[in-house]
Amino acid sequence: MADRVPVREQDPKVRATNFEEVCYGYNEEEARAEASRCIKCKNAKCVGGCPVGIDIPSFIREVENGNMKEAADVIAKASALPAVCGRVCPQESQCEGKCIRGIKSEPIAIGKLERFVGDWARENGYVPQKPETTNGKKVAVIGSGPAGLTCAGDLAKLGYEVTIFEALHEPGGVLVYGIPEFRLPKETVVKAEIENVLKLGVKLETNVIIGRSITIDQLMEEEGFSAVFIGSGAGLPKFMGIPGESANGVFSANEYLTRNNLMKAFREDYDTPIMGGKKVAVVGGGNVAMDAARTALRLGAEVHIVYRRSEAELPARVEEVHHAKEEGIIFDLLTNPTEILVDENGWVKGMTCVKMELGEPDASGRRRPVVKEGSEFTLDLDTVIMALGTSPNPLISSTTEGLEINKWKCIIADETGKTTKEGVYAGGDAVTGAATVILAMEAGKAGAKGIHEYLSNK
Amino acid sequence: MLNWGKDMYQILKAEKIADKIYLMDVHAPRVANNCLPGQFIIVKIDEVGERIPLTICDYNKEEGTVTIVFQVVGASTERMSKMKAGDAFQDFVGPLGQPSEFAVEDFEEVKNKKFLFVCGGVGTAPVYPQVKWLKEHGVEADVVMGARNKELLILEDEMRAVAGNLYITTDDGSYVRKGMVTNVIEDLVVNQGKKYDVCVAIGPLIMMKFVCLLTKKLELPTIVSMNPVMIDGTGMCGGCRLTVGSEVKFACVDGPEFDGHLVNFDEAMKRQQMYKTQEGQALLKLREGDTHHGGGCGCSGSKTGGNN
Repeated sequence: MADRVPVREQDPKVRATNFEEVCYGYNEEEARAEASRCIKCKNAKCVGGCPVGIDIPSFIREVENGNMKEAADVIAKASALPAVCGRVCPQESQCEGKCIRGIKSEPIAIGKLERFVGDWARENGYVPQKPETTNGKKVAVIGSGPAGLTCAGDLAKLGYEVTIFEALHEPGGVLVYGIPEFRLPKETVVKAEIENVLKLGVKLETNVIIGRSITIDQLMEEEGFSAVFIGSGAGLPKFMGIPGESANGVFSANEYLTRNNLMKAFREDYDTPIMGGKKVAVVGGGNVAMDAARTALRLGAEVHIVYRRSEAELPARVEEVHHAKEEGIIFDLLTNPTEILVDENGWVKGMTCVKMELGEPDASGRRRPVVKEGSEFTLDLDTVIMALGTSPNPLISSTTEGLEINKWKCIIADETGKTTKEGVYAGGDAVTGAATVILAMEAGKAGAKGIHEYLSNK
Repeated sequence: MLNWGKDMYQILKAEKIADKIYLMDVHAPRVANNCLPGQFIIVKIDEVGERIPLTICDYNKEEGTVTIVFQVVGASTERMSKMKAGDAFQDFVGPLGQPSEFAVEDFEEVKNKKFLFVCGGVGTAPVYPQVKWLKEHGVEADVVMGARNKELLILEDEMRAVAGNLYITTDDGSYVRKGMVTNVIEDLVVNQGKKYDVCVAIGPLIMMKFVCLLTKKLELPTIVSMNPVMIDGTGMCGGCRLTVGSEVKFACVDGPEFDGHLVNFDEAMKRQQMYKTQEGQALLKLREGDTHHGGGCGCSGSKTGGNN
C-alpha cells in the first residue's frame, strides 16, 4: 500500500524570517489520497486514542468519498475545534500512535486530515447546529481557552444559557496568548472556531477577572448562575531561583510569547514592544520552549535551547523539535544554567552553565541528570527566556469559599469535573497543572456532562 | 444583571489637570462595583494599543465609574491624552492587585492607628482614594504632597477635603514651601515630635526609595505602591517581578503595595529602564511620523529594533 502523503511546508530558511504558518496542510486531492490509506478498522484503536472520542474512521471515509460537509458533521459531534486540534494535538502519542497502519508502515495522518476538514468547514461557511430553544438554566464558564470553549459549546448544544468570562481582552486563552502564529494562525483559524462556539448561542464577556471583578459566589447568588465551570488554566510562570534572574533581558516564556502572540509585538503597527535579542537562550525543553525559541529566531536572534536532559527526554512534540532544528535553533542538551551574568547597568551579558550526564531514573521515570564535575562554562547572551512550566493561579481558589486545592495549588476535582463546592465544576490545567490543549478539551467535555447531570437531577 | 458584552468603556469626563497630566472618568461598572483603595486597572485604547496599568484615583459604585489619572510618558499615554469625553476605550479591566491593608484588616485596629501619607507627582492620584476611604470611616490621616513646582501639583482641593493636616511642598519653592517630601517628614516627626504608626508613600521610585531610607531611620513602618512594567496584570507574565526582602514577588498579584523597607528599589529602577529606549523611539515616531524612519540617525526607528 502507498506511503503516507507528504504534507507541504514553508521552506525552513524562508520561514525562519517570517510569522506565516509553517505547514500548508493538504489540499483536497492530497487529503482524499491520504484518507484512502485508512483501512477503516471495525474496532478502531485510533478512536480510543482520542481524548474527545472523535469517530475517526467515519470522518476519514467521508473525506475519501469527497463528502466534506458530512466529515465536518462527524467531527462536530465530538469537537468544536478541529482546525486547532489538527494543528496542535500530539497525534503521534494519541490517535496516530494507535493506528494499525503504523505497525508496518506510517500511521494515517489523522491530524492533517482533521485539519483539512476544519479548514474546509471554515472556508465553506460551515456553521454548527444551534439548539432551537434553551432550557432557561444559566451556566457560567470561567476562561475561554480549550477547556472553557469545549464545555461552553457542549452545554449550549444541550440547551443551557452559557456565559463565558474571560480575564484578557481576547478570547482563546493559550490558543491566543501562548501558541505562536506560525503554528496556529489567530485571525483565520482560532477566531473562526471561537466564533462557531458563540454561534451556538454562548455569550462572552471579556475583561472580567473572576476573584477580582466578581467572585464565583456573586455569580451564583447575585447573577443567577446555577452552575459554574472553572477552566482558568495554569498561568503562573516558574523561574529557576538562580542569581541574576531579575536582570533586564530575562523573561518568562509566558511574557515573551504573550507580547508577541496576544499583543502582536512582532507587527510594526502594534504598540507593544518586545526585546528581540541578538543572542538568546531559552531554558527548557517543552513545546513552550520550542515556541519561544522559534519566535526569538524569527525576531532575528541566534537562539540556543538549554535543556538539562538529552534529546530523548525532550518533552516537546517530535514535530516541533524537528521544525526547530530545520530552522537553525541550536540545542545545548545536557546543560543546566547556574547563574545569569549581569552587566553594570542591570542587563544580561551571559549565563554560566554546567554540563550534565544521565544517572538513574527518577520519580518521573526519566533518567535523572547529574552535574559533571568541573564542566562549568559561560554562554555570551543578551536575552534569557525561562520556559520551565507554569502553575495554576490561586486567585479563584483563594476567593471562593469551600473550593479546595491540592499542594500544587491545583483545584481538586473528580473525573466528572465536580469540585468540593456544590454546583462548581473544573477542568483543564487549573485541575491537572500544565498539560495539552486536547486534554483540556476532554476535561471541558467531562465538565459539561457533569454539570448537565447535576442540573438535571436538581 | 450586568451584561455589556463586547461594549466599549466610555469616557464620561476627560480633563488636563496639570502639564502632561490628565484625569478621566470611565464607565466600567464591574470594576467600580468591586474595587477598593490600593488596587489598579489595565486600560487598552484600541486593537493595536498596549495594555497600560494605571492606579485607581476614585470610584463611584452608583454611577459605575472609575477615575484614572495618568501622565504622558510614552507613545501610548500620549495617544490616550488625545481622547475626549464621549470617546471609549476598547478594554478596561480590574480591579487588579491586593487592596490596601487597612481596607481589609480588622477595623478596630485601623481606627486607632495614626497614618501619614506621602505622595509625589502623579502618585497623589492613588493616595487620594486611600485617604478618602479612611475619612469615610472616621479616620483622619495627615498627608504630605510634593511636586516639582506649583504647576505640577494635582488634586489639591480634593485632598484637602479628605485629609487631616495637609502639608504641601515644591522642589523649587514655587508654592507653600521649598524642599523635598523627606524634609517635611523629618520636620513633622523629628522637630514637631508627631507620632505616626504607618507611613504610606506613593510616587516616583526615587522618592519612595528616599522616603524609605528616612522612615527606616525613624523606625516608622512604611508601605509603598509599585507600578512596574506588566502585561496581563493577573500573574501570568512575571514581567512585574521585584525583590522584596529575600523573595521574588509579582507586583500585580502580590502587590502593588509592599513593605517599603524590604523593597529593592535599585533593582526596580534598573528594570524600569528596560523599555525606555523603545518607548522613546515609539513616541518620536508618533510625533514625527515617518520622518524618523531611516532618517539617517542610525537607529531603526522601530519599536522592536529588528523587525524591518
